[in-house]
Amino acid sequence: MLTLQCPYCGVQADETELSAGGEAHIERHGPGSSDEAFEEYLFARENPFGVHFERWRHSYGCGKWFHAARNTVTLEVYGTYPAQTTEPPADIRKRISGVAPGWTWRFLG
Amino acid sequence: MKRYSAFAIAREALRFHSGWERAWKSPEPRRRYEVVIIGAGGHGLATAYYLGKNFGITNVAVIEKGWLGGGNTGRNTTIIRSNYLQDPSAAIYEKSRSLYETLSQDLNYNVMFSPRGVMMLAQTQHEIRGYQRTAHANALQGVDTRFISAREVKELCPIMNIDGPRYPVLGALWQPRGGTARHDAVAWGYARACSDMGMDIIQKCEVTGIRQEEGQVRGVETSKGPIDCSKLGIVVAGHSGRLADMAGFRLPLETVALQALVSEPIKPCMDVVVMANTVHGYMSQSDKGEMVIGGGTDSFNSYTQRGSFHHIEETVRALVETFPMISRLKMLRQWGGIVDVTGDRSPIISKTPLQGCFINCGWGTGGFKAIPGSGWAMAELMAAGQSTLAEEFSLDRFRVGKFIDESVAAGVAH
Ligand SMILES: Cc1cc2nc3c(=O)[nH]c(=O)nc-3n(C[C@H](O)[C@H](O)[C@H](O)COP(=O)(O)OP(=O)(O)OC[C@H]3O[C@@H](n4cnc5c(N)ncnc54)[C@H](O)[C@@H]3O)c2cc1C
Ligand SMILES: [Zn+2]
Repeated sequence: MLTLQCPYCGVQADETELSAGGEAHIERHGPGSSDEAFEEYLFARENPFGVHFERWRHSYGCGKWFHAARNTVTLEVYGTYPAQTTEPPADIRKRISGVAPGWTWRFLG
Repeated sequence: MKRYSAFAIAREALRFHSGWERAWKSPEPRRRYEVVIIGAGGHGLATAYYLGKNFGITNVAVIEKGWLGGGNTGRNTTIIRSNYLQDPSAAIYEKSRSLYETLSQDLNYNVMFSPRGVMMLAQTQHEIRGYQRTAHANALQGVDTRFISAREVKELCPIMNIDGPRYPVLGALWQPRGGTARHDAVAWGYARACSDMGMDIIQKCEVTGIRQEEGQVRGVETSKGPIDCSKLGIVVAGHSGRLADMAGFRLPLETVALQALVSEPIKPCMDVVVMANTVHGYMSQSDKGEMVIGGGTDSFNSYTQRGSFHHIEETVRALVETFPMISRLKMLRQWGGIVDVTGDRSPIISKTPLQGCFINCGWGTGGFKAIPGSGWAMAELMAAGQSTLAEEFSLDRFRVGKFIDESVAAGVAH
């Protein structure tokens, strides 16, 4: 079972008290954007084989949204971090490089 | 290839079964083929089969990283139905269902198609309206379905408790010619027929790269060396994103785990397939007597072929109210597959930005039923450059906004 530490209330939350919110750090597009931009925003997904960054919500806990860095192949969790950021923090990226050298993810790597 | 028949069984019985031959050859790959298909699941093998049967293209290799049928094709709960809402879906799923009717004769291989009838329970007012709408749509599409009352449900499936209290059965969408088939046999039957046409099925051979020159596909890199081709078909379900990445384009889908389980075998007690979408559970009885149960997908990306335990618990807990007798059953086995779910829950059968490279994916939780029809359409697209059945399932629908929204019909496993 997947457990993630909520970065707000500090609880080691079990999968059943969390809701998965999909891929993180997606650039949002609004009225006037091109069809391509909307396709990227709404549908194109990284769907990585390995390192992934996601949004999660501590639904049956404090209720807040946060981010998680996770591996989709090994299910290893690299860490969680607050929602108010547009990219994964440096310390988490460094930790991932330590265990999964050569990783890439969209604009990162 | 020696034909299978009652006479062949008698002949072999007389000589102690010494004359059976291998169902398919296991060749080493040649350096070049006209067409290479990646993935020997049902969809890849069916594509190869109809390339040969309908278009005479037999210079084909099907490349598989594991063993044929070892992906989702050999892991699913084998429900076959075609009562979808949208016209393009009804067309391809009904084509597929009708091909299943005669597939055993066509392949000379018993795929054990069993049109025992599929019912999708309506357990909320919302579902009643939704399924009545589907029944009307199906009437226009020429798909034989009917909305039946709770009493008819009980008559067709007496072991069911229709009174709730949490999830009372209010009626059902009934497709009398839906049913099940033996999943392994579908893969094996197609493989045997492909091999017989001179195609090479290459197992334990992983595609690790896709070669291209000036926007045109040239071949693939594999764990058994490079293989050239003029046309390439990517048919790898949960691994589609990885292959698309090798080919240099992105896909509107995500890979998640989906699980199923079976009980100990018991005497025949249920001769229809029942799906309960409100509670995310469905059940049928296999020929061996096991109750075959499936549920919903995990909610997060995963390539592990292993799902979360609490989903099994939720599925079984919900089904126990409708089927009180299963509360006493021991569950024997549980397993998972990784399924490729698109933004509108409908599949992709399409050309790609890479010339000569085609993709068939996004069948997600419900593509076993689609194997013959999907192979038929994909072969047509690859051989003739276009296919009426595949037309609406192209990749660019996500850019132009022409979705085939089946999330109501296909949002759960089936
Ligand atoms: C638990 C479960 C229950 C289901 N229940 C139903 C149901 O009741 N009814 C229904 O209609 N559908 C159901 N489905 C969905 C159905 O199983 C799939 O949609 C269908 O089997 C997909 O077939 P496929 O040929 O596309 O993929 P697969 O059978 O997964 O075949 C893809 C193949 O590609 C190979 N491959 C991947 N990467 C590479 C590579 N790099 N090189 C070479 N080969 C590669 C894989 O090894 C695999 O064998 C269920 C699925 C699951 C997991
Ligand atoms: Zn919290």
